[in-house]
Amino acid sequence: MKVTKTTLMAGAIVAVAGAASAEEMTIVSWGGAYSKSQLKAYHEPYSEKSGVTILNDDSSAEAVAKLRAMNEAGNVTWDVVDVVAADAIRLCDEGLALEIDPDTMLAPAPDGTSAADDFGDLLVSECFIPQIVYSTTFGYRTDLVGDTPPSDVCAVFDLEAYPGKRSLEKRAINNMEWALICDGVAKDDVYDVLATPEGQDQALAKLGTIKDNVVWWSAGADTPQLLADGEIIMGSTYNGRLFSVIEEQKQPVAMLWDAQIFDLDGWIIPAGLSEERQKRALDYIMFATDTQRLADQAKYISYGPARASSAPLVGQHADLGIDMAPHMPTDPENAKNTFLYNYEFWADYRDDIEAKFQAWLAK
Amino acid sequence: MSDATQSGPMLAADGTPLKKSLARSLRRRKLRALALVAPLLLFVLLSFVIPIISMLFRSVENGIVSETLPMTVVELQHWDAESGELPEEALYEAFIRDMVVAVDAKQHTRLGTRLNYEQTGMSSMFRKSGRQIKRIDPEADGPFKDKLIEIHEGWGDVDTWRVIKTHAVPITNGYFLNAVDMQRTPEGAQAQPEDKRILIKLFGRTLFMSLIITGSCILLAYPVSYLLANLPMRVSNMLMILVLLPFWTSLLVRTSAWKVMLQQQGVINETLVWLGLVADDARLVIINNQFGTIIAMTHILLPFMILPMYSVMQTIPITYTRAAKSMGATNWTTFWRIYFPQSIPGIGAGSILVFILSIGYYITPEIVGGTKGVFISNRIAYHISSSLNWGLAAALGTILLAVVLLLYWCYDKIVGIDNVKLG
Repeated sequence: MKVTKTTLMAGAIVAVAGAASAEEMTIVSWGGAYSKSQLKAYHEPYSEKSGVTILNDDSSAEAVAKLRAMNEAGNVTWDVVDVVAADAIRLCDEGLALEIDPDTMLAPAPDGTSAADDFGDLLVSECFIPQIVYSTTFGYRTDLVGDTPPSDVCAVFDLEAYPGKRSLEKRAINNMEWALICDGVAKDDVYDVLATPEGQDQALAKLGTIKDNVVWWSAGADTPQLLADGEIIMGSTYNGRLFSVIEEQKQPVAMLWDAQIFDLDGWIIPAGLSEERQKRALDYIMFATDTQRLADQAKYISYGPARASSAPLVGQHADLGIDMAPHMPTDPENAKNTFLYNYEFWADYRDDIEAKFQAWLAK
Repeated sequence: MSDATQSGPMLAADGTPLKKSLARSLRRRKLRALALVAPLLLFVLLSFVIPIISMLFRSVENGIVSETLPMTVVELQHWDAESGELPEEALYEAFIRDMVVAVDAKQHTRLGTRLNYEQTGMSSMFRKSGRQIKRIDPEADGPFKDKLIEIHEGWGDVDTWRVIKTHAVPITNGYFLNAVDMQRTPEGAQAQPEDKRILIKLFGRTLFMSLIITGSCILLAYPVSYLLANLPMRVSNMLMILVLLPFWTSLLVRTSAWKVMLQQQGVINETLVWLGLVADDARLVIINNQFGTIIAMTHILLPFMILPMYSVMQTIPITYTRAAKSMGATNWTTFWRIYFPQSIPGIGAGSILVFILSIGYYITPEIVGGTKGVFISNRIAYHISSSLNWGLAAALGTILLAVVLLLYWCYDKIVGIDNVKLG
């Protein structure tokens, strides 16, 4: 009798384990506070609803290269991948991501607006499902910038009024745009000017005026650390990073929203998944990108939901209890002067301008 | 006894000639040894040698153009790139036929990405044109020349076709030319425009800084290893833990710790300002430049120098130095003529280790190197993970491998590889 019981139990365990491994999916994201916000807003409710176990993999920074390698090896182990829009376009071009039909694969808004209209212009690639709007913008040390805090992005290039070090990302994208804006190019003409060799030289010349006072960063955490240590007086980074420096760590730092550059982050589903896995991935996407879920994520991190219908639902921070709406890059007060990352332009010009930029940096 | 007087070859117990029997048993032993190492050999071959070779092969492999546009490539052979005139209708028709197939297989955007490395704008040209070409019927909708130019004016530009023709070869030297700041053009290899030249400079910098790092590792590690080798066992074991402790700490943690130490508001600068050695407004810049990379990497690679040196020095018998001294040599002569020559194999082994490791380093230079302290490996990482230009990354890697092998060969000629000992 005892033996039978043990056997039965063992059988049950095997059966449960078997079921669990069948209902499992790997979701790739950026790690840190961002993955945590997704865990709370998407993964936990989804697991509860569907019984699927979600495994996290913090590999988004190398997602494009890894997906390409997996695809060549014929063994894609990821089900859903979080990438920035530029990477999604690259993956779509390489045929590594599944094309999405917003009408059938994404949930409509509660008032019946179709997903395609709800996301609007943010559907920048056939393979990309937008999730958040984030911006790259400047933060400054309130105690180190004198009596008149900067209100204009061109303060970055003004060494007389704001002497001290500033940090910029170690790549051409965004920096070239800011340099041209502050060199008198009208906002609408920036990409036309940047498409010409003269325009590229002009931007580099403008950056050259502050080159000796720039600390170049390559990880999103660099600028917050440099600001907190007083190494720099102002620096660019993602707005969510600045939010945590200001509101969670209470450092004497303020946001300079002027000329913030909007960018998108969202999901792709790798091409070449088995039918069963693809179905599960699509089911997850349908759930995780609906209006309420996107609004929920903003409780944990200060990035704006990509759906128009989610904006009114944004509430308070889950731990700090402060209203999140004024911290969103898309808030009207913050978005008085904004810039949208030009995906088409950078897909073409990135290789060329980046080579010039790196050569210029090494000079 | 009678056997010994027998003439002819010596025989084994079973009557076969002894020589043959010995050879057979030797061969059997060798086979058994081979069978024992076979799993490891196979593993190394499968997981290390083959992937490296296939990665290196990417540096010349360029089948994508002729595979995606087979008919166009044939037609391009008949077109004179120097004429300055657009190709004939036949080529445009071949191109449309190729593209319809490519769009269906979603290959055209990959080709666009590939050609965009050579000419800016190709990426979006292929992507945008693909959407429209999808709706064209290659059997009925001709002629195509004007239609295609209407879809995208780039198809009416001679340069577009020149680039496609130049890069239509299945095996290309283009990536290698790019890797040494040159480019493949219809007129042959030419130098890159001056504002895009960076890679040669980075190769030079990588080698130069790796040498400095190796040198400073030798200087720092020698006295430490000497001390470790000559102290009583109990004390030296304790000190060994101090050497190994950083070794067991994560690379990122150690590198970030250097950031805290070296930055302008960091520990070193604060101390110097507090001591009054440095003015508050003239703090030293010792990070985000070459100096920062050299300091952090010397620290990180130091154990790789200490360990081989230590194990060689341990084997140097103390009696030699005693004998030298007893015959009247000064301390310096004893060290320089007796001790130092015996410790050279340790220096050799440590130097090779540190030099080769530092040539391939990229995380530390990325974090503390700023703009002047980054290595060629940082560009390789960029091309692998960001620009997806794996061909160029492979070419850079191949050159780096070749340079290391060349240096190794020089080292063997000058110092002699037999002179290297790990213990």
